[in-house]
Amino acid sequence: MSAHRTMRDALLDTLYRDMKEHDGLFLLSADLGAPLLDPIRRDFSDRFINVGIAEQNMINVATGLAMEGYTVFTMAIATFYLRALEQIRNHLAMSATIRPVNVTMLAIGAGVSYNLSGPSHHCLEDIGIMRSLPNVTVVSPSDWVSAQQVLALARETPGARYVRLDGQKLPPLHAEDAPPRLLDGFCELRRGRGLCIIATGHMVHLALRVVNKLGDRVQPGVIDLHILSDHLDPPRLLAALAPYETLVTLEEGFIGKGGVDQMINDLVSIYLPGKQLISLGFTGQYSFTSGSRDHLYDLNQCGEEALSAVLTGC
Amino acid sequence: MNRIDFLRTKAHRVRRETLRLHALAPGIRIASCLSAVEIFTTLYHGGLLSFRADDPHWEGRDRVIASKGHGSVALYPILSELGFFDPAELARVGTPHSFLGVIPDALVPGIETTNGSVGHGPGVACGMALGLKRKGGRQRVYVVVGDGEMNAGAVWEAVAFASFHRLDNLILIIDDNRKSILGLQEEILGLHPLGDKLAAFRWHVDDVDGHDPDQLLAALTTARDLEDPRPRAIIAHTVKGRGIAALESDPMSHVTSFSPEEVRRLLAEELPP
Repeated sequence: MSAHRTMRDALLDTLYRDMKEHDGLFLLSADLGAPLLDPIRRDFSDRFINVGIAEQNMINVATGLAMEGYTVFTMAIATFYLRALEQIRNHLAMSATIRPVNVTMLAIGAGVSYNLSGPSHHCLEDIGIMRSLPNVTVVSPSDWVSAQQVLALARETPGARYVRLDGQKLPPLHAEDAPPRLLDGFCELRRGRGLCIIATGHMVHLALRVVNKLGDRVQPGVIDLHILSDHLDPPRLLAALAPYETLVTLEEGFIGKGGVDQMINDLVSIYLPGKQLISLGFTGQYSFTSGSRDHLYDLNQCGEEALSAVLTGC
Repeated sequence: MNRIDFLRTKAHRVRRETLRLHALAPGIRIASCLSAVEIFTTLYHGGLLSFRADDPHWEGRDRVIASKGHGSVALYPILSELGFFDPAELARVGTPHSFLGVIPDALVPGIETTNGSVGHGPGVACGMALGLKRKGGRQRVYVVVGDGEMNAGAVWEAVAFASFHRLDNLILIIDDNRKSILGLQEEILGLHPLGDKLAAFRWHVDDVDGHDPDQLLAALTTARDLEDPRPRAIIAHTVKGRGIAALESDPMSHVTSFSPEEVRRLLAEELPP
């Protein structure tokens, strides 16, 4: 199956089936809907609540429910979780030091998924911000197959997680019958020579597109990094990176602000010194532009042209 | 001794104990703590709260969220006396190896959540109340907030939510001492009277003298037992720094701290046993 799907739809589809089997699952939405939400609203009306445009209360209510034993999912536009950052910090990070709270924050609209809505909807700070919170796992799936695995993660592991979901329909990069194991932290999609691209989310698609276009001219490795917090197995990732001389991080978020670039730099500078590290991403200014996603990437020198130039050395 | 006299006597002891803790750990916001003494004393000693001191997370317990965390140190002498933890720990308050911090947190047996930051308790309480209803439980969720705390938008999000979802097992107690840090609330946001606003959100509201255990007990009993789909609020009219004249008359009492010598004098002169 190569159906293009949004991560949201794949997740809601799986969540519906899970809610049928597990009566401890609860879904809160901050007034965000989807056609695939309707069956959940209809058939599990006692375990779905639209809290209204009130993200702070959504996190507070989610916390209370989780403390009563529920496995809670929250759904909101990615940028709008930031208004609830203190609640996320106090209840899901700080209080988890004493007792974990099982809340999975589905953040819809990673990066510039909402490319036409202007910078109020561009979520570029969240990787750095959420990475700074202890006890919150930051998950950044690259496709809907990976995204669906979040549900098993939520049911099987304690604590909270922030899940950065793309807003657009994308093709699957992983086989549905062989989904990645999220707790592995990353997948090696291509093994290569000389240079390795470490990309996350939508950027994994861009990386593969560029690599395929350049054909035999370059032989880079491509890593799909899907856990962005410090919870993955560092030796495994380091072993995957060790054979390369140049590492290129590629994210739909600000660089130099604690994102993937900093995560890889921190690891590599201590354990694999001597690598060349190139970071592509958004350059730290907001784009007051409506345009295609690729246009926004070009404005920030992290699109196909920029990546091609890095790969070919031109 | 009848229950009301018992509660008055107990509250006086709790007030003295709380002040003693402040002498050991001057970071304790004593004025904020003193206005809530009768509220916590009546709640825990009024014979209406379900709990098990040897099993602080017993599922059958009523939940209590001390949302005005910085002002909830009266819970330390109350909880220790009831057996939640060894009273010997009180002497170690605010020291590095004690679970008794200057602001109560969830490390303390009997304290549900960590609330140094205000405005969160009501929303969390809504989640608990909702969860309890789904589970078919009859437990109540009590949240103690300050009136300054009612400045926060997140509180009103919870107020609207609780009303809409008919969380009749949610009881909000407002320690209405009329002062926040930088002075009188009436000179800051002028939200009083709070009762009108809560009633507008379709809550059941009761106004009581927050230092009178008789009125508090009656209101708490009503709040617990009333057959009514609305969440309930008790506005406890209190005095910040109650029991110490210098605090009661000071609009900036929030930041006032006393030395151990001053505490000894205050205990002898203003709060004799």
